[in-house]
Amino acid sequence: MDVILRSAFDVLPIVVFLFAFQRIVIGQPLTNGKQIAVGFVFVVVGLGLFLLGLEQTLFPLGKLMAQQLTDPAFLYATAGAAVSDLDWHDYIWVYLFACSIGFSTALAEPALIAVAMKANTLSGGAIGVWGLRVAVAVGVGIGVSIGCYRIIAGQPLHYFIAAVYLVVILQTAVAPKLIVPLAYDSGGVATSTVTVPLITALGLGLAEAVPGRSPLIDGFGLVAFASLFPIISVLAYGQLAVLRNRVSVIVTETRHSEKEE
Amino acid sequence: MKESLITLARDALGSLRDLLPIALVICAFQIFVFREPVTGLISMASGALFIVAGLTFFIFGLRLALFPVGESLAHALAQKGSVFWLIVFAFVLGFGTTIAEPALIAIAAEAAQVAVNAGTIATSDEATSSYALGLRLIVALAVGAALVLGVRRIVANWSLPILIIAGYCLVVLLTTIAPKEIVGVAYDSGGVTTSTVTVPLVTALGVGLATSLKGRNAMTDGFGLIAFASLMPILFVLAFGIVVQWM
Repeated sequence: MDVILRSAFDVLPIVVFLFAFQRIVIGQPLTNGKQIAVGFVFVVVGLGLFLLGLEQTLFPLGKLMAQQLTDPAFLYATAGAAVSDLDWHDYIWVYLFACSIGFSTALAEPALIAVAMKANTLSGGAIGVWGLRVAVAVGVGIGVSIGCYRIIAGQPLHYFIAAVYLVVILQTAVAPKLIVPLAYDSGGVATSTVTVPLITALGLGLAEAVPGRSPLIDGFGLVAFASLFPIISVLAYGQLAVLRNRVSVIVTETRHSEKEE
Repeated sequence: MKESLITLARDALGSLRDLLPIALVICAFQIFVFREPVTGLISMASGALFIVAGLTFFIFGLRLALFPVGESLAHALAQKGSVFWLIVFAFVLGFGTTIAEPALIAIAAEAAQVAVNAGTIATSDEATSSYALGLRLIVALAVGAALVLGVRRIVANWSLPILIIAGYCLVVLLTTIAPKEIVGVAYDSGGVTTSTVTVPLVTALGVGLATSLKGRNAMTDGFGLIAFASLMPILFVLAFGIVVQWM
């Protein structure tokens, strides 16, 4: 009951704002009040249930995976060394897990599918739905893996972020203009409501388990990686498309000139 | 009635699809890599059920109540052409949707817990929940500000890359003076804000605005609002960390 009350409180602002606007600025009363009231009840109950499930499943799961992947016995079996002698590359299963979670969740993300379809229509078919989804998924997979590497190696987060920004800036200068806003947006879209808590728990769990790391300083950052790397991969997807186009133009041109000769 | 049952079923399928890849990957790791029985399986399974049911109801309710009103408002305001009201609308839309964003609620609570464990804030329920709420309010203000900037950009036709790159430079600059503990949370808050509630409404606003203004391309002008919404919270949270440190 407490949870339901709290989630009603969370949803209240947006409801009040929207209806105030409807009345005052547009000057129209609401037409289907009953439908809206029913919807509001669904929103509140749904949010409450979701948060409950999150605490019961997703957070513990993320931490459990982190714990199992860094378990001394497991690491000894896979890397053949005691924890104190381990180097970052002995945690290979962590990177594999991070990559598969990132890739698969982004590929299945409903919000991303919707955006990809919208981009496909708006670009007149130049941007493929599957191409964009795979590009984003590859970006998220690589991003989360590198993020895990950073936690394990204990390097400062901002060096990585600054480096990513630099790559994005350079790519923006050369990538086709059409893809740029879409690329900037796709990072935020790919990290869904279910993925974010899971990878946050994974990062915090890793920072707790790896010797010498603190959750406060090293534990966060995975979500940032997951939402930044897709920008790079989508820009690269755009560059690749242009390159392929150019190659095919050159190929057909040479064929034409060969024929003419 | 029958129609809404069908949409409800479709939403349930969507939430299942959200959770399925996670379940598959984790099961594969448990079965093939660890080869150990997992404890507390029943509680995990029931929790997963809560997540699927909760997400389904949440999205179904949003579609029933909020999205139609929000989208028609975005279109009506874009057509009305009053920049003042558009900007006010953009701000409250960003603020309101972010406060209701489930992922942010979860992360803010987790961040507060980590801060308690590390001893940076007092170990009391009140201090923990006020830290979490404070974080959410700052992020919500940031998203509101981001949408204001994004709408100004679409109306005034400013270049998106230049604004984003300027934002990046500011982030790097602020990071150098921000306290170390806030940096990770700040960077993460950018990716958290833009999911279930925010994306559909914000995209409707952007694309609606770009289609109703003359000489704009929905592709290059309509997208880009989300980008601001994921950049601005980083700046605001970093700035908040700096201010708190000075006080």
